[in-house]
Amino acid sequence: MTGKTRGLNGGLGIVSRRKFVAGASALALGAGVAPFISRRAMAAGEVKVLNWQGYGTDEKWALEIFKKATGLDVVHDYYNSESEMITKLQTNPGTYDVIVTNSAWNDRASDLGVIQPIDTAQISHYGDLNPAFRDSPLLEADGKVYGVSWVWGITAIGYSTEVFKEAPKSLETLWDAKLAKRVSLRDDAIEAVSFGAIATGQDMNHPKDLAKVKEKLLALKPNIAMLWSSEDEWNKSFQAKTFDISVYWSGSALRSKNNFKLPVGFVVPEEGAVGWFDGLAIGKDAPNAEGAHKFIDFMIDPTFYVEWATKIGAPASANNAAMAAMPEGDDKTLYSDQAAIKRLQFMAPLTDEERQAYSDLWTEVKTEFAK
Amino acid sequence: MTPTTRTRWAILTLTGPAYLWLACTIFLPLLAMLALSFLDKSPLVPKPASFTLDNYGAYFSKGFYWPLTLWSIQLGFWVTFFCLLIGYPAAYALAKRIKGRWREAIFLLIVLPFWSNALVRIFSWTMVLRSNGIVDMSVQAMFPGAPSIDLLYSYPAVIIGLTHSYLPYMILTCYIALQAIDDSLMEAGRSLGATAFTTFRRVVLPLSLPGIISGAALIFVPVIGSFMEPRILGGTKGATLGMNIEEQFTVTANWPLGSALSFILLAIVLIIFGILYPFLRKQGGEA
Repeated sequence: MTGKTRGLNGGLGIVSRRKFVAGASALALGAGVAPFISRRAMAAGEVKVLNWQGYGTDEKWALEIFKKATGLDVVHDYYNSESEMITKLQTNPGTYDVIVTNSAWNDRASDLGVIQPIDTAQISHYGDLNPAFRDSPLLEADGKVYGVSWVWGITAIGYSTEVFKEAPKSLETLWDAKLAKRVSLRDDAIEAVSFGAIATGQDMNHPKDLAKVKEKLLALKPNIAMLWSSEDEWNKSFQAKTFDISVYWSGSALRSKNNFKLPVGFVVPEEGAVGWFDGLAIGKDAPNAEGAHKFIDFMIDPTFYVEWATKIGAPASANNAAMAAMPEGDDKTLYSDQAAIKRLQFMAPLTDEERQAYSDLWTEVKTEFAK
Repeated sequence: MTPTTRTRWAILTLTGPAYLWLACTIFLPLLAMLALSFLDKSPLVPKPASFTLDNYGAYFSKGFYWPLTLWSIQLGFWVTFFCLLIGYPAAYALAKRIKGRWREAIFLLIVLPFWSNALVRIFSWTMVLRSNGIVDMSVQAMFPGAPSIDLLYSYPAVIIGLTHSYLPYMILTCYIALQAIDDSLMEAGRSLGATAFTTFRRVVLPLSLPGIISGAALIFVPVIGSFMEPRILGGTKGATLGMNIEEQFTVTANWPLGSALSFILLAIVLIIFGILYPFLRKQGGEA
């Protein structure tokens, strides 16, 4: 009998474990509150940055230069998704000075009142920024600037130069019957819907006819070899020849080609592709707003950008002067192709309802893929 | 002080902290999650949230949740089945046949995967299973000209990866149950004329059933909620409800829907165990 009791306990124990997993997520809600105890303690001598990890602002050599120039230390906190960024800003008001915000999220952050207007007069390189990004309505709210455009990139088509002797021109190539099981997409609802919308000639951000988008994506089923979720996975699968053509990111494509020596080509198809850009924003009630302006100015400085892009690898700069200062190369060619840039549709903020609708649509499509 | 009150005090002081801890860390957040699942928007949105059943309604009104749920449950059964198929004989050999230092060494090998990060384990499987991977290359080396084997991004790959991840639970729980069986019971069975198989079926199996049940529970529950392994190993073939739940937290930021789906999954688990438990208890009770 004792053995049986043990079995029962084991059974109940795991139910509790499951509950704990659900509970842990809820705990995360509260956990964000803890750091504000020390928020203003060291504010004067430091700038607190919220960003993705390993994304420019935390380059050690750069922070040493910044410290020498301004005497300010830069401290980092990281997020793993944009919704996490918003959560962190909401649960720790007055903690962060500089926040890296995607163009599609800046509006939402200003709407929620977690970032504050920026005094562009304090930013010496502001005039050099490409007006296409600098003056984007996505970075403004009620006539005030809430974000300084920083870097940008393209999500378009990466393909194997061994299989395609010439760069594929049309997005329709993905649906080519000859490419059965040779195509990959990223496992991302918004990206998938965006390309479905572009392929059906609709506004990428707010497609009117979602049924058409769904139908188009479902038609891709025989061609889909895999869905990728990280750059590393993309590279490994590409190397193993799991697919020949895929929706891919410009910066990653350049890294795959130059750092990993993979035969990757990158093209913006004639129907268009997805453009994105990241801005730098200042947190509401930032403990060191002055330092935040200085740090933003440093981040868009051509000297920093050229060093970052050439030594480490970076997306394109939104600063024209920085792009001009870049040595000739693949990236400069790609990011200076004005005709291709004109074909891009830039990611705009989505409402919760749209986000949910896209997620549901993508789940439905994936469910069909899995059958 | 009478002995009974002393015992009562001892029980209270010894178990009290643990229950308090459990109440704070499990039930409070869980209740918050349960409350969240009835709201129409996440409480972080600075607009008043109101009560709704839509999150639960969504599960029944949207057609794709049902196949996802079925696949998750199916996956749970397959992985539990294979863990039992591989784990039980291994546990039996460990408990009854292997002794001394060998046993320790083999135990170490079984527990070893636990010491590595789950993500690392899954990614190492991708190297093994893909075409030009380790399985493919060794088959090619042995049988030149054999068709190339590409298991990655298939349903079997998900089962292989998950079975590997959860196998130790089955081995350990079965081992504990089997080791507790007195060898003389088996000898008695044999001396009374039962064949080895009958002894196993009538004596060993019923006595070790509690181990099998707890092993199965430990495996089945996390597997039907799994999302990482199906995504990485299954590609398009690895669609589960767990993946959709994760998406509600990371992509759509629709925490209420995510928690409603989690509670539906929890309810399904409880129903399945509710159905199976009386049956298993009857089986165990015969011993």
